[in-house]
Amino acid sequence: MIARPLTITGGRLVLAEGAPVPGALRCEGGRIAALGDIAPQPGDEIFDAKGAVVAPGLVDLGVFAIDKPAFHFGGITRAGLMPDQSPPLDHPARVRFAAQSGKPDLWVHPLAAATRGLEGTELAELALMRDAGARAVSTGRGWIADSGVMLRLLRYCAMLGLVVVCHAEDAGITGNAVATAGDVATRLGLPSAPAEAEALAVARDIALAELAGAQIHFRQVTTARALDLVRGAKARGLKVTAGVTPAHFMLSDLELVGFRTFCRLSPPLRQEADRKAVIAAIADGTIDVISSGHDPRGPEDKRLPFADAEPGMAGAETLLPLTLTLVRDGVIDMARAFALLAANPARLLGVAAGVLEPGREADVAILDPARPWIVNSAKMAAAAGNTPFDRRPVEGRVLALFKGGKQIS
Amino acid sequence: MQSPNHPSTGRYPAGGLAFPHRDLTGIGQLARHEILYLLDEAEQWVALNRQSQKKTDLLSGLTIINAFFENSTRTLLSFEIAGKRLGADVVNMHAATSSVKKGETLIDTAMTLNAMRADAIVIRHASSGAVRLIAEKVDCPVLNAGDGQHEHPTQALLDALTMRHAMGLPAGSDLNGLKVTICGDILHSRVARSNILSLTALGADVRVCAPPALMPAEIEAMGVTAFFDFDAALKGANVVMMLRLQQERMSGQFIPSPREYRHLYGLTPERLERAEPDAFIMHPGPMNRGIEIDSTVADHPTRSLITRQVEMGVAIRMACLEVLTRRARRVPGWNSEGASDDAGAAA
Repeated sequence: MIARPLTITGGRLVLAEGAPVPGALRCEGGRIAALGDIAPQPGDEIFDAKGAVVAPGLVDLGVFAIDKPAFHFGGITRAGLMPDQSPPLDHPARVRFAAQSGKPDLWVHPLAAATRGLEGTELAELALMRDAGARAVSTGRGWIADSGVMLRLLRYCAMLGLVVVCHAEDAGITGNAVATAGDVATRLGLPSAPAEAEALAVARDIALAELAGAQIHFRQVTTARALDLVRGAKARGLKVTAGVTPAHFMLSDLELVGFRTFCRLSPPLRQEADRKAVIAAIADGTIDVISSGHDPRGPEDKRLPFADAEPGMAGAETLLPLTLTLVRDGVIDMARAFALLAANPARLLGVAAGVLEPGREADVAILDPARPWIVNSAKMAAAAGNTPFDRRPVEGRVLALFKGGKQIS
Repeated sequence: MQSPNHPSTGRYPAGGLAFPHRDLTGIGQLARHEILYLLDEAEQWVALNRQSQKKTDLLSGLTIINAFFENSTRTLLSFEIAGKRLGADVVNMHAATSSVKKGETLIDTAMTLNAMRADAIVIRHASSGAVRLIAEKVDCPVLNAGDGQHEHPTQALLDALTMRHAMGLPAGSDLNGLKVTICGDILHSRVARSNILSLTALGADVRVCAPPALMPAEIEAMGVTAFFDFDAALKGANVVMMLRLQQERMSGQFIPSPREYRHLYGLTPERLERAEPDAFIMHPGPMNRGIEIDSTVADHPTRSLITRQVEMGVAIRMACLEVLTRRARRVPGWNSEGASDDAGAAA
């Protein structure tokens, strides 16, 4: 059955640039047909946005679990699934299954495991996985320590036209660290590693990507030094992009006091100066993507001594409101917020979404950017409530969500 | 109201306000006067322990569980003797690290101990913060006997008491101006962390000395001076505290070899010359004789405080157990009001 065309009226449209503009948006055949100063056509289904903001559905690049209720709460219509599944996404059949797993109301874009079993030694069947639906390749949670393997991977992916999504921490330096070296880790007696572990990995991977002519995306760049390297690489015209999650621009390692395992993240929370450097990098365009890193973890993984707990946070529900804090603080404008949350990740994944313009997939979020609510770890839509933002008042809530022109929440 | 054990010097707040904590998870939770309070409380047990009749019945009827998730001989023994001398029923639970390390088991064990209605639980665990995690789940006082690389508060208290006795200082005194050099594996040492916290709170001038691989980042933020050069660190020291270096860390990972470690950081009689002429020597034990400390130094008849530390350990642990169980024993002035559940409040 073909859905009736839909017109969303009375909203303020988030466009590629500038402040949201009043207008309507018409969807037909699952795609955006027209937008701006238009009127619904006879027979259209009408949705009155009543003055709310009409924005592209979020494209969350790099989640660890498919958690539909949390994604829909957070306005996420597409998710790039990390290969760190059990078993890993290192086989075409698993990729094909994952690519179908969310439809129709959530599109999952699997990231193929760069190496078999994510072991960092043998290349996985990347072309077969690409043709099975993988939209990019990823090293997963870990770093590929062997530079020879990494170079061969980048050359191969350059040929296949796939972006390589990297985790940037020099594993030889990080070892069993669970915190960033500094006074907080020292006081708490937590195994820690210098923040420079990130810059070292970024420096090597930029050099290898340049050599290979490959496109590389650092899923999380969280330190001033590594951001400088990304900034420099971009200035030289290399195909390098960087992402971050809200934790690294909202929180610093001071949150670890009290051994709060919900703040055990990978990479670990950094010192305050690095947090500020992340905000500056979002402002100046060095950072291209803000993602949730959604990784719901129950008490069996988190109600443990800090160093024994698993890293990760449930971030899908708080991705939008925490990014909007940057808009309220004047770091970025609304258009840039949605470039970070939707347009740029969609471009990296090569999907026709993430922007409100004719011809794109009609993934649309209706939101009130000022609606206040309080994050409550005990009442999350996510599969688990492991958020470091528990009890934090935030603003910005999705009122309705459309995937391919059909309302899904 | 005054408690029978409360020194009526007016030095400390009255009744339970002198020590308003349910647990002893670390020196970091204590104010200077609370550290001094525990030291002063221990003085009576030092005196008692030197008598032939060493037993009281203050804690009779109470059950103390020593839950050690990490191997220990001397600390466990010290806590056991402390509990028994106070008249409590002491039970030791030896949980092999391997079997109880993961998952819910730690919490489950805590809940089990709690359900057995212990009146105090003494915990040692290999992970930093583990003791606090357990404290959040149980209803009785919890004493930290060492958690990972975080804290070992009773060790720091016994070390401070040992120094006070060695310097001939009376009860109530702090360690103002004392120059203490702590040398060894600072990075992995909970003894170092707790000692830094207590010694700086008591006014001592603390220097720490370790090779770069064993020196924690930004340790100066804890109010100490950091040295790589042991000779420089020893200059003018009144107390030299050597830490144990684990054998496995001396085989190339952190240190090239034991003899190379001794070459740079071993406390030899010659090196001790750099310190003050009458400087005292301490070590939390167990020692690697001939590596971090020479036997002639460790066994020095007047300057070595190493066996004195063990003696003070029992008195300090008696004081901690006695003070923390006052609410359960309904000691006048120590009702539950004013007792702050540190773990719960901060969680």
